[in-house]
Amino acid sequence: METLMSILVGILFAIGIYLILTKTLLRIILGTSILGHGVNLLIITMGGLEKGGPPLLGIKGLTYVDSLPQALLLTAIVINFATTALFLVLSYRAYKVLGTDDTRSLRGKSDG
Amino acid sequence: MLPFIFAVFVPILYKMFTPRVHTGWFVFFVPLLIFSYLITFIPTIANGNTIITSIPWMPSYDINFTTYIDGLSLIFGLLITGIGALVILYSIFYLSKEREALHNFYVYLLMFMGAMLGLVFSDNVFVLYVFWEMTSVSSFLLIAYWYEREKSRYGAQKSMLITIFGGLAMLAGLVMITSSSETYSIREMLLNVDAIYASALFIPAMVLILLGAFTKSAQFPFSIWLPDAMEAPTPISAYLHSATMVKAGIYLVARLTPVFGGSNVWFWLVTGVGLITLLYGSVNAVRQTDLKALLAYSTISQLGLIMSLLGLGSAAMYFGLGDEIAIYGTAIFAAIFHLVNHSTFKGSLFMVVGIIDHETGTRDIRRLGGLIHLMPISFTLTVIGGFSMAGLPPFNGFLSKEMFFAAVNNAAKMDFFHMGTIGVLIPVVAWIASVFTFIYCMILVFKTFRGKYKLDKSRVVHEAPLGMLISPIILGSLVIIGFFFPNLLSNYLLKPALTSILPVLSEAEVLELKIEAWHGFLNPELWMTIGVVVLGTILYLNLRKWYRIYNSYPQSLTINNLYNLALDKMENISGSITNFYMTGFIRDYLVYILGFMILVVGGSIWLFDGVSFDSSNDAPVTLFEIAIMIVAVVSAVFVLFSKTRLTSIVSVGALGFLVAFFFVLFRAPDLALTQLVVETVTTALFLLCFYHLPQLRKEKSRIPFKLTNAIISIGAGAVVTIVALSVNGNRLFDSISSYYENAYELAGAKNIVNSILVDFRGIDTMLEILVLSIAGLGVYSLIKLRLAKEGSDERAE
Repeated sequence: METLMSILVGILFAIGIYLILTKTLLRIILGTSILGHGVNLLIITMGGLEKGGPPLLGIKGLTYVDSLPQALLLTAIVINFATTALFLVLSYRAYKVLGTDDTRSLRGKSDG
Repeated sequence: MLPFIFAVFVPILYKMFTPRVHTGWFVFFVPLLIFSYLITFIPTIANGNTIITSIPWMPSYDINFTTYIDGLSLIFGLLITGIGALVILYSIFYLSKEREALHNFYVYLLMFMGAMLGLVFSDNVFVLYVFWEMTSVSSFLLIAYWYEREKSRYGAQKSMLITIFGGLAMLAGLVMITSSSETYSIREMLLNVDAIYASALFIPAMVLILLGAFTKSAQFPFSIWLPDAMEAPTPISAYLHSATMVKAGIYLVARLTPVFGGSNVWFWLVTGVGLITLLYGSVNAVRQTDLKALLAYSTISQLGLIMSLLGLGSAAMYFGLGDEIAIYGTAIFAAIFHLVNHSTFKGSLFMVVGIIDHETGTRDIRRLGGLIHLMPISFTLTVIGGFSMAGLPPFNGFLSKEMFFAAVNNAAKMDFFHMGTIGVLIPVVAWIASVFTFIYCMILVFKTFRGKYKLDKSRVVHEAPLGMLISPIILGSLVIIGFFFPNLLSNYLLKPALTSILPVLSEAEVLELKIEAWHGFLNPELWMTIGVVVLGTILYLNLRKWYRIYNSYPQSLTINNLYNLALDKMENISGSITNFYMTGFIRDYLVYILGFMILVVGGSIWLFDGVSFDSSNDAPVTLFEIAIMIVAVVSAVFVLFSKTRLTSIVSVGALGFLVAFFFVLFRAPDLALTQLVVETVTTALFLLCFYHLPQLRKEKSRIPFKLTNAIISIGAGAVVTIVALSVNGNRLFDSISSYYENAYELAGAKNIVNSILVDFRGIDTMLEILVLSIAGLGVYSLIKLRLAKEGSDERAE
């Protein structure tokens, strides 16, 4: 399962990066979003996917799933959300002020 | 260190007394005091003793402020303070107290003097380096004293670049030599010469230190800064660029001769560069039309002479005691002697030129002439200085030039360092250079003072005030005294200096003989001098006929031009390199970053054979999981090929929900919950953005395919996969998570993940809340805050 997950993570990374390298702002943010999913899955995969009970002590099981990556991920998801929201609003503002969503045309004034 | 302390008080005194008293008077007593203090050391030094004092500065690094006074440093110390005092006296009359910013001038000058004194007296190489750079900096300030002139700034920048370049090279050399000798003290290096010779860093250290000395002393090809430094006020040119700073390199070479002198690389470098400089400077001096430029080139040439003598003398180190050492000892002796002589006559010449400039308003030889009756004292002084520089009999330049010829003749006779036929060239080159020296000295004397009076008649040209003339008169009389009583000087000062340059020469009788023997007539040196005079006179009288040769030399091949070109090209090239990679497009930078990531991570995996693959511990795969995985891949790929933005947003949303499914499968209920909520909100935000797309170019297109992007992204994905697989296959130790299964006992919670978040690792959560609030604030301010200017070109909603 871990092997397959690793491959899936690789695919998500590749697609996310490809999107980031395009020129439309919205696609770049979509790319970061996919990249974020890839990272999240990578973290939980690296924590090990052995079967066990969910990390709730109330449930009587012999073993539990590793709880630490889950806690880390919860933090990561929230932070990812915060930055994505900020970036989206930022690009929304950029649309309104600059009238474009093409990073190629997002250049400062030339020097001098 | 009196100068530094006093420099602090100069501006205060300037502000207090400016209208009434020239600030220079306060400064004047400083070098005078030091000079008289240094004179008291002469008897001690003459008896062969040395004086060492030490003040701890950085004891933990073994860098201490050690002053070491022996013959060599004493000579320099006396020159610096003596000529310093005279220059200050001269500048009191030269600079107007109403028009000039005198406090700046004297602060810089005192800084320079202090740095120069520190340079010659310090025993620790790093302290020496500190003072070395201080002289560069204060000289930079002094050259650009009239900072509103463009040429001053150009000259200052040039000298700064060149001398600092050399200084840094020297620092590297010093570091090398200290590492091989394991001491910072020059004195202790001398005891450890064998270790230095044995070191592999010997030659690089020597070359780098010599680079420093050559740049400072304006040796070929680093001499170009000196003529441009003539934009400085004349007292500065007289002090820094003839008597002191340019001799710092000479000092360094002389000081380190006992360390490096035995090497033939040192011999050839110092002698060769010195001779080339000598020839280059004297040939170029003849073509100058500006008096100060002429003097600048003559300084270069004389410095080359001293340098080559030091080089020739270093052969003494190689041969050890014997007949040869006496002969090469002469070279060193001549070098020190000429060093002192040069300081006297060049200082006085500069001052005279300053006087002429001051009185006539020009320094151009073509406009000057016929001043002999108007300025008789200046004329006499020029004759003394000029003839001494040319090496004519009644002046001290004659003696040192004779000794120079003797040294080169001896060098030519000696067959050493595989010299062979090249050795014959040494006296020839020296002789030709002397002819040119003679010519430009004659130009200096006669073109300025003889001939017709060419200046505007309205200007009343007259002799300079007495105060201005005092200093050149003192120096001029020293020139003559130096000729008639050379032994006075040599017994007290030059011999101790000689023994400090060549410690192998402890047998004083050898020296004693030579110095007394300066009146040996009918020796070849005398005939060489006569030849110089004859040929020089002939050439001078026919100056017009061959002067045109200079014009035929292409202007674009001068070193100056080369320097300017190099500077320009350097700016252009670095500019174009920056423009090449700093494209300003985000995509390009991402390509660099990811490319490097692939290169470094992938490369190191490949290099260290990091790929290992072990799926034995994997969890079993179920069909359901495979199905979700396939759907996830499909939805991700769909984003790439979707034609509209809406579909891509929806498929990213789908991917997010699938990730939530994964979390369910992987027994992470809290994660699944959060992921679902977050994904919903994010998708809503995406749709908001999508809705507000600009009306202008709303073309709904696919993503254009780009090969480089594809390669980069596939590469990055592959690297991540490989890393993940390798990590998975090599688990080093068990997880620490079993500890958190005590959550109930320790924290009173049954949900392990939540207890980690708020109890075990609560700080993370707190900061995460902070991140969320900052993002919220950011969003709010992005939407609400508008600058006035921005609002005007904002599109209507």
